[in-house]
Amino acid sequence: MRSVCVVGASLAGSRAAQTLRSEGFDGTITMVGEEPHRPYDRPPLSKQVLAGDWQPERTALSAGLDDGLDLDWRLGVRATGLDLTARRVSLADGTAVAYDGLVIATGATPRRLAGTEDMAGVHVLRTVDDCLALRADLDRAPLRVVVVGAGFIGAEVAATCRRRGIEVTLVEALSVPLGRVLGTEIGSLCGELHRDHGVDLRLGTGVEGMDGADRVERVRLADGSAVDADAVVVGVGVTPATGWLEGSGLVLDDGVVCDETCLAAPGVVAAGDVARWTHAHVGEAMRVEHWDNAVQQGAHAARRLLAGEGPGAGQPYCPVPWFWSDQYDRKIQLAGRAGLDAEVAVVMGSLSERRFVALYGRDGQVIGALAMNWPAQAVRWRVRIADGVAWDDALTEARAGDRP
Amino acid sequence: MRVVVDFDLCESNAVCMVVAPEVFEVRDDDFLYVLDETPDEALRPKVEEAVRRCPKQAIAIAED
Repeated sequence: MRSVCVVGASLAGSRAAQTLRSEGFDGTITMVGEEPHRPYDRPPLSKQVLAGDWQPERTALSAGLDDGLDLDWRLGVRATGLDLTARRVSLADGTAVAYDGLVIATGATPRRLAGTEDMAGVHVLRTVDDCLALRADLDRAPLRVVVVGAGFIGAEVAATCRRRGIEVTLVEALSVPLGRVLGTEIGSLCGELHRDHGVDLRLGTGVEGMDGADRVERVRLADGSAVDADAVVVGVGVTPATGWLEGSGLVLDDGVVCDETCLAAPGVVAAGDVARWTHAHVGEAMRVEHWDNAVQQGAHAARRLLAGEGPGAGQPYCPVPWFWSDQYDRKIQLAGRAGLDAEVAVVMGSLSERRFVALYGRDGQVIGALAMNWPAQAVRWRVRIADGVAWDDALTEARAGDRP
Repeated sequence: MRVVVDFDLCESNAVCMVVAPEVFEVRDDDFLYVLDETPDEALRPKVEEAVRRCPKQAIAIAED
């Protein structure tokens, strides 16, 4: 293998490139990125950058480790097609990149609400340019922001807007925010966090439409009410960015379908938000949209590519997914998985003091752990989930380790 | 190799502790403690992995 093309100058893409080099690959690495920017870190976009505390340059992804990687950058140009047989990626500017190995790390695109795609003042938040456009709107000192979707992005944007003294209405179609992810009890607690910080939380109602002359002025809700808005942020999930791969012969099903090792086709791997792979321990196909997964899967995919058909080719990618979300003065960390059908037990701390550890279990196993404002415990349980700790043993362990 | 943590950035996510428990520990007071500021060269791959995987990009390696 003499050349690798990484499509997606993203967190996953840059970790893949970094790993290729650290594993000794000395061929050409071409990094293709639709955005004009070098890879940057997205988590601060809904927090420090949106708040105005950080300038966007501070999100640059490098930490001093990217120097000397000798990458061939193709930034500001979108990949438009893939020829698997010829091993060639075509780009929007009419050029093409030939490769021996391909890393697909194109991420995902935020969903928008039909009819509001081009309306001024209606934002999504994914890229640094999205963030700066929203920040510019907030800097015009709006009185009222409507956030659609109380998932993690919506919740963080609501928290940042409140910190800036902006009135926030948070609209969520589910009756419990994050209910499908965290379960009813803990989801309700997340809703209370918003209400305690003065957010007007509207649950169980969708958005019917938006009105405005030059820009958005009002959001109409499905329950018949309407909310005045100077700006709207839509955080209703993302779609994997696989449009450029249609007709390529790769299997696409809510992401690029990969085997247990992140291989999508001979010489083709995928990583990050765009990759749907079969988790060998869990026995399910999954796609994980978290920061830490982009880091780990990017590295794994690179090693898989280098392994070819040789030793290490069969190494499955079996992480315990993990993410964090900072909202107001609370840090929420989830290791593993939760979900509505899981058993839930608060094993340390308490919901009322909002510092606690909750375990999620299914079929006698611990499948997830949620820690609110207790990072040391999030890590502890992440390791125990990887160990395959049984539900009963975990409860005993937790009780023995509980301290006031 | 000297491990440098920017404690203004650190939010005790404790990923570093998973990667390099010989060097990093987040205790129950939720603060990160650097157990060994000048770890042995043998730990370099782990420390570099901790640098890459820190969600706040709060860890650096100084060569002095």
